[in-house]
Amino acid sequence: MKLDLKKLKLRKVNETLQSIDPKRNNKNYTILNPEGNHAICVGLTDDIDITVKGHVGYYCGGMNQNANIIVEGNVGTGVAENMMSGKIHVKGNASQSAGATAHGGFLIIDGDASSRCGISMKGIDIVVKGSVGHMSAFMAQSGNLIVCGNAGEALGDSLYETDIYIKGKVKSLGADCIEKKMDNKHLKKLDKLLKKANLEKLKSKDFKRYGSARKLYNFKIDNVSSY
Amino acid sequence: MCGIVGIYLKSKKFEKDLGKMLSGMLVNMESRGPDSAGFAIYKKEKKEEFKYSICINNLVFEKFKKDISKKIKYNSIIKNSDHAILSSKENPEKVLSILNELKEISLVGYGRSIEIFKQIGNPKDVVKKFNLEKFSGTHAIGHTRMATESAITTDGSHPYSTGSDECLVHNGSLSNHNNLRRDLIKRGINFKSENDTEVAAGYISNHLLNKKNLKETLQSGLSDLDGFYTFITGTKKGFAIVRDEIACKPAVISETKDYVAIASEFQAMAHLPGVNIANIFEPEPGIVYTWGN
Repeated sequence: MKLDLKKLKLRKVNETLQSIDPKRNNKNYTILNPEGNHAICVGLTDDIDITVKGHVGYYCGGMNQNANIIVEGNVGTGVAENMMSGKIHVKGNASQSAGATAHGGFLIIDGDASSRCGISMKGIDIVVKGSVGHMSAFMAQSGNLIVCGNAGEALGDSLYETDIYIKGKVKSLGADCIEKKMDNKHLKKLDKLLKKANLEKLKSKDFKRYGSARKLYNFKIDNVSSY
Repeated sequence: MCGIVGIYLKSKKFEKDLGKMLSGMLVNMESRGPDSAGFAIYKKEKKEEFKYSICINNLVFEKFKKDISKKIKYNSIIKNSDHAILSSKENPEKVLSILNELKEISLVGYGRSIEIFKQIGNPKDVVKKFNLEKFSGTHAIGHTRMATESAITTDGSHPYSTGSDECLVHNGSLSNHNNLRRDLIKRGINFKSENDTEVAAGYISNHLLNKKNLKETLQSGLSDLDGFYTFITGTKKGFAIVRDEIACKPAVISETKDYVAIASEFQAMAHLPGVNIANIFEPEPGIVYTWGN
């Protein structure tokens, strides 16, 4: 089914995608002429496939649950913001705060993501094929941030328990973020996530792992399962 | 918030469409700034002539024209809504001192090629009122304002121009503008408002006067201007953008072989010809990007 934003109001398009009748509707949708509009595909709850043909504005796929969204273009601030589950694949670049505060799901960015990628992430897995800007994974609490290119200044500042894997160079680490040993279990986890992003060619041993030194916040081993 | 936009043409192909392109960009940025709007457009210069962009406010144009002809020898004076463009071959210093003394009007800019129009009101109405779509030129800069630190007035609207053929638009806020204003006043820069952006414009004028180029000026601004900002600035032949190092204030650049377009959000550029095959990227924090010279 094609939804053309030149003909339909954004609210109508989002309402259509938010109220899928599983018995009648098909599962494939294409959004045409996004033209940088904000809040495209927010608040989706069903297991549907959506392809957005073009560049989008802020908060694309925000709060997503279950939906599989492909953006054939660039995304603005806060793609997959507060995503709970599902998958968002950005074929271009992402602006700042990609995957911010997201609890779950999978975000793949084929290009670069700018500053604050994965800020306050709470369980999402993010794979950026290019590089990320400054203050990425700021106060990140849980989940995995994988960057195949470089990371900007103050990576992982005030980090909690997110695992960060960087293949390229890190300009600088933020407060309480340190390089950590890559154990077998980390290599296995990284291999699995790279495979999920169709990046089997990359070797997990070429990445470095970064995490929290646990000096800035009161880490308590009894609560580790919460992260 | 505020929305900022700009286009610099790399080829002559779109010179006639420049106003139309900028108009669409300003209207699309209404969501970031509904209080006032303005634009600066650079046209081909006429030899020896200086142009003065004047907001005549509530004056009757014919009366203003009659009065000013007694004071300034001009080649032409063209009315555009509540603004007028006065062209004159007289010594700019003399003309400026006369215009600055007239309390009922506001001189919003001057130079060999720049024309500036700005007014309170919704961007859609402002653009229509000045008939921006009909303008042609080589580069242009625009602004839609959501007022924060100073009042919604014509003088509080952008672009700001504090030197010949210079203009600046700003998304953000400066925190050290009062100190900087005092310092710049001592160095001979005049200010018309309490606005923080005008101080940044004055800072740029002062550096350009001291023979610094646009790139060097903006680079030194990164350490001297404290606050949040994305600036787009224009000179007679140049065009630049810079974001502060924290980079909270957004910007997107679309570059094709024919033009460079800059806007706070991509949606402002979605209507531009060939934008879907343009090289689209975000300017990096603390890096000065310039075109022209």
